[in-house]
Amino acid sequence: MSLSLKIKVHIITIILVMRKIFLTALLFLPAVLLFQSTAWAADAVASDSGITSWMLTSTALVLLMVPGLAMFYGGLVRTKNVIGTMMHSFAAMVIIGVLWPLVGYSLSFGPGILGGFVGWNDNYFMLQGIDETIMPTHIPEYVFAMFQGKFAIITPALIAGAFAERVNFKGYALFIALWCILVYSPICHWVWAADGFLFNLGAAGAIDFAGGTVVHISSGVTALVAALYLGKRRGYPKNVMHPNNLVMTLIGAGLLWVGWFGFNAGSAIASDLATARALTVTQVAAAAGAFTWMIIEMFQHGKATSLGVASGILAGLVAITPAAGVVQPSGAFALGALAAIFCYSAILLKSKLGYDDSLDAFGVHGVGGIVGALALVFFIRPSWMADAAVKAGGSWTLWQQLGVQAAAVGVTIVYAAVISLILLVLVEKTIGLRISEDDEMSGLDHSMHGEHGYGLINLN
Amino acid sequence: MKLITAIIRPDRLDHVREALIQADITRITVSRVTGHGRQEDIDIYRGQKIAPNLIPKIRLDIAVNDEFVDITVDTIINAASHGEGEIGAGKIFITPLEECIRIRTKERGGKAI
Repeated sequence: MSLSLKIKVHIITIILVMRKIFLTALLFLPAVLLFQSTAWAADAVASDSGITSWMLTSTALVLLMVPGLAMFYGGLVRTKNVIGTMMHSFAAMVIIGVLWPLVGYSLSFGPGILGGFVGWNDNYFMLQGIDETIMPTHIPEYVFAMFQGKFAIITPALIAGAFAERVNFKGYALFIALWCILVYSPICHWVWAADGFLFNLGAAGAIDFAGGTVVHISSGVTALVAALYLGKRRGYPKNVMHPNNLVMTLIGAGLLWVGWFGFNAGSAIASDLATARALTVTQVAAAAGAFTWMIIEMFQHGKATSLGVASGILAGLVAITPAAGVVQPSGAFALGALAAIFCYSAILLKSKLGYDDSLDAFGVHGVGGIVGALALVFFIRPSWMADAAVKAGGSWTLWQQLGVQAAAVGVTIVYAAVISLILLVLVEKTIGLRISEDDEMSGLDHSMHGEHGYGLINLN
Repeated sequence: MKLITAIIRPDRLDHVREALIQADITRITVSRVTGHGRQEDIDIYRGQKIAPNLIPKIRLDIAVNDEFVDITVDTIINAASHGEGEIGAGKIFITPLEECIRIRTKERGGKAI
């Protein structure tokens, strides 16, 4: 072998070895980078794509409930008020949509100030401090903030059912803005913030999985107070006020049912067993509520009405909302049926008492919420009670939990009623809430918005 | 017997209807119609004021015996206009009514109205 050939072979060997080293290095590079990045973010939590995906989906589902509510309520009023009524829901999307990132999230989920009355965290103003935050639940805090924001939107929109067909749009807009800040955020803080006093009441806190007190009781009670304070619609109850479009109401009820899976199953802030449990009981309670309502109507009137089915669906969903994390399907059957019975009776009683809760916001959300938040204690799964007993240091009975639930319900009712009444008086005396008789006769669509719901469909 | 046909603004329907009931004129037929008048209908559509060329109106058809013509017409005029009255408040047509029959009893004429 000649010298030049030997050198050539050496060079080739060296090149081959170097390439091997280089390739190995390349192979290891991502591993090294990965290791470095994990070492760099050692104290932070990584986001989990599965949980984050489900929470993003849930956030969108809960927002879908708002146009659903607009359709549900919009179909129930008279033709001349259809736009005005749907605008109540859409205005909540707009107004609370602005308020929530500004101050709502901070007031609800910041660390407690004023002795735990509300939360506040300067960093949450405009959500500026959460740009990088991944929560211990493995989702970006943005997702949590937006998810919670949808609850803040739908809650004041629910109230609008009580004073449908007779309020000034400007007055309504001011009222829900004040209500969000002064009623929703404090109650939300007490029940859901880690340092809220109802969250920590008793052995394992007041049970409000997805908003029995925060959403349904608070809005339902406010609805009752508002209906009593603003008075009846012109002509109620002597004149019959037919729904203008039950087809739209049914589509709305369907959207609410679908959206409620995000509302309840999203409230686990997880994508696991707890999520599956919440989703299952939500489905069961909605069906049980509608089924019970249907049976009651069959016995009372011989006919099952579509509005009855829609109301039963809602009653069941409302009642399971606080309970979705702790009850099993049998409990969901019971809660759905109980809610239908109580809400049906409440609506009959309303007609006897003669106050005008136009679309039964109290009759369904207030009553259903209270039934769910209290009756859930009889159906709590044993493992939850066992955990609570350990936390309480020995024993924890359902009667003790019932006391905790009653305290949470009582606090919510009293606080929402008192502050809402003050806000109603304030708005009525300043920019006005109840519209003039003339405007009421013309209808909200014409007098408040200068539009008509169906009238733009001209013959040409 | 006369047939009174009134074309009014949709937002005045309840005002007119209730005024007629107060005046004991309770048998009316109401329909949604569209048409042209001197008024331009102004709706707000995406921030712009627009005038659809056919304007939605409400049509009332009321069959009355002769002695009720004046009260019916006066009631509609009073309830259908905004304050001073403006273009687009509507029109009232009165036509002679040849016959009126109640289907259930087959009664004819003034007592069937």
